[in-house]
Amino acid sequence: MQHCDDLAHQKLSFWNDTGKTGISAWVFSTDHKRIGLLYLYSVLSFFLVAVTIGLLLKIELIAPGRTIMGPVTYNALFTVHGVLMIFLFIIPGFPGAFGNLVMPIQIGASDVAFPRLNLFSWWLYLIGAVTIIFSLFTGGGPPDTGWTFYVPFSVKTGTNVSLAVFGVFIVGFSSILTGINFVTTIHRLRADGMQWGRLPLFVWSVYATAWVQILATPVLGITLLLIVAERLLGTGLFDPARGGDPILYQHLFWIYSHPAVYIMILPGMGVISEIFPVFARKPIFGYKMIAFSSLAIAGAGSLVWAHHMFTSGMSDTAILVFSFLTFVVAIPSAIKVFNWVATLYKGSISLEAPMLFALSFILLFSIGGLTGLLQGAAATNIHVHDTQFVVGHFHYVIFGGAGFAFFSAMHYWLPKFYGRTYAEKPAVVAWGLLFVGFNITYFPMILLGLKGMPRRYYDYLPEFTHLNQLSTFGSWILATGLALMLVNLSRGLLKGEPIGRNPWGGATLEWTTQSPPVTENFEQEPVVTHGPYDFNGAGVP
Amino acid sequence: MIQRDENRYAGAKLGIWLFLFTEILLFGGLFLLYAAYLSQYPHEFASAGHEMQLAFGFANTLVLITSSMLAAMSLTAVQLREQRKALIMLGATIFCAIIFLVNKYFEWSSEINSGFYPNSPRLATGPMGEALYFSLYYLTTGLHGLHVLIGIVLLTLVSVKVSHGTIHAGNYVLLENSALYWHLVDLIWIFIFPLYYLVL
Ligand code: HEM
Ligand SMILES: [Cu+2]
Repeated sequence: MQHCDDLAHQKLSFWNDTGKTGISAWVFSTDHKRIGLLYLYSVLSFFLVAVTIGLLLKIELIAPGRTIMGPVTYNALFTVHGVLMIFLFIIPGFPGAFGNLVMPIQIGASDVAFPRLNLFSWWLYLIGAVTIIFSLFTGGGPPDTGWTFYVPFSVKTGTNVSLAVFGVFIVGFSSILTGINFVTTIHRLRADGMQWGRLPLFVWSVYATAWVQILATPVLGITLLLIVAERLLGTGLFDPARGGDPILYQHLFWIYSHPAVYIMILPGMGVISEIFPVFARKPIFGYKMIAFSSLAIAGAGSLVWAHHMFTSGMSDTAILVFSFLTFVVAIPSAIKVFNWVATLYKGSISLEAPMLFALSFILLFSIGGLTGLLQGAAATNIHVHDTQFVVGHFHYVIFGGAGFAFFSAMHYWLPKFYGRTYAEKPAVVAWGLLFVGFNITYFPMILLGLKGMPRRYYDYLPEFTHLNQLSTFGSWILATGLALMLVNLSRGLLKGEPIGRNPWGGATLEWTTQSPPVTENFEQEPVVTHGPYDFNGAGVP
Repeated sequence: MIQRDENRYAGAKLGIWLFLFTEILLFGGLFLLYAAYLSQYPHEFASAGHEMQLAFGFANTLVLITSSMLAAMSLTAVQLREQRKALIMLGATIFCAIIFLVNKYFEWSSEINSGFYPNSPRLATGPMGEALYFSLYYLTTGLHGLHVLIGIVLLTLVSVKVSHGTIHAGNYVLLENSALYWHLVDLIWIFIFPLYYLVL
């Protein structure tokens, strides 16, 4: 690490630029960096709650029969775990936290296009989140439908589904507004010389993500409103007894929720594309293909929703078509993986914390992707449908993929915004614990699913005991790693060593400004003269 | 990176167009359900459609198209620096919007009085598709009515700004965007009207 510039010469950073202090300087700030940090703190809080619930679920599964909770509690807890993780952590997390923190600086803008709308989005997110939390303690108690809110159960259950669903609707609205803000920002506010071909790949991924947010979320919105209408008014739209069709609900739900997995994973892929060139000290291999594949994933990925419904009763032709399209999405994803690996080839690789997380991303995401193909093929899907295999698969993609990329981003970028950095050794140890713990937790689930253990059950047959115990044991290692990582990060960011402008030697714009940046992001308006991975040219300041 | 005025304007326009897309998609879900159930229950949909009172729908269509025109005229007026005229046009737009809702209120009341509403005893005993038709009808027009209501609030806000002079010939993007929103509300109605009142 280099400590090039003298801290005494720094201008006031965005942390202490305003006369105002206290909480209102934050929750009413329109600075994208402050809003990004607000998102970060809020999504991490929900993440920690959801992790705790996940650990409780795993403790229940340590032995057959009832261990610490009965079936009713288990149903409520896995629903709450899923809802928090999906709607309050990973979907808003990446765009909200790192999209906000990094994207405007990377394109050389002083803020997003609509700063007040940005603040409003965060408030909506918070209001939606509070509504969801509220639904857990009021009405008929926490919803127990699973995060998918499938009818007819979600209409029949006496739990507080309406309020929870309404909360998710509000959060979705926030997501739409963020998407609109980001697309406009990237179109209108690029610095002089920041041509489309010079956009950092993280920006490309945020751009693709924003389009998915805009195009898919409204469909979720209307679907959720329909559940509320069905419960309150008895519209019967999804009730076969009244002529409705529950399969239509599933279509509408997955038309959003499949593309939503790209909201979760695309920004993660963007982070990886930033980290590999910097830590291999080589320009990214196949810049255009990576940028293009983000768009291709967003586009093709929007056509594959019905692969969640192979066992729901669709025509064979539909199954064939959706199965085929699902395999098509694997192509742009594989393009990315090959390009990343090619970037590493013959690079001078430095294995620091962000890079370790990024490297493990590749492995975990590949396992997630390959198990995904097994479900994309109709024949094998029928075997593994609704088993622990699915739970293993999506944790590999969302947690091993998006989650690890999120951690990577935290180590890579947060020092920029705090001006101080974490300790490297504990960071590496935490990564090791996370990686090992992760695999011990989730790989057994894949095996359990293949052997036939269903998902969303608090109990199982004795023959599944050993693998379940292993998995529970793994979850404790995982939790230890998480705790160590978060403690190390918070200690370092608050009290650690100061860092200079460019600790990693990156060539993107955020490294040209001071750490932490001034409110307007740059001391002088940047003019871009080279690409984001041009380490040899005028690149590295 | 300086946010030049022109750039700001273009940004605001891009933003509102993106937002309008999301509105279309929101209603798109309901239109999708309409299509699916129409193909499943063509006869029931037709017989339910005959229960609609064309006069109400027709009147509302006229009112809404007129209001859309008035909104556009208020924008032109602001551009020509005719503040008073702009305010009158905006007022007339809002008036039309209120007429629309009042009309809708009478329409819904009369339908509810005849026993057509979700979960009503009359529909519960009738053929299945008819109940679905009315559920969709109430949901779609209800959501649309909500948009009309939001439009009224928005246009009122804009009128205040016009009267204070914060919206003027040099800066009218908020008015323009509100008018665009209003055109969309109009446009969605232009789809609802034939689907529920005419084609069946
Ligand atoms: C320490 C971390 C975690 C643990 C121990 C954990 C554990 C679990 C367990 C035991 C289940 C229920 C399996 C079943 O009985 O069907 C589950 C479900 C789920 N998890 Fe996690 N998980 C963790 C992290 C995450 C993360 C990071 C995400 C996403 C960002 C996530 C998303 C989900 C979802 C969507 C479900 C499905 C809930 C449902 O079926 O409705 N989990 N998790
Ligand atoms: Cu999917």
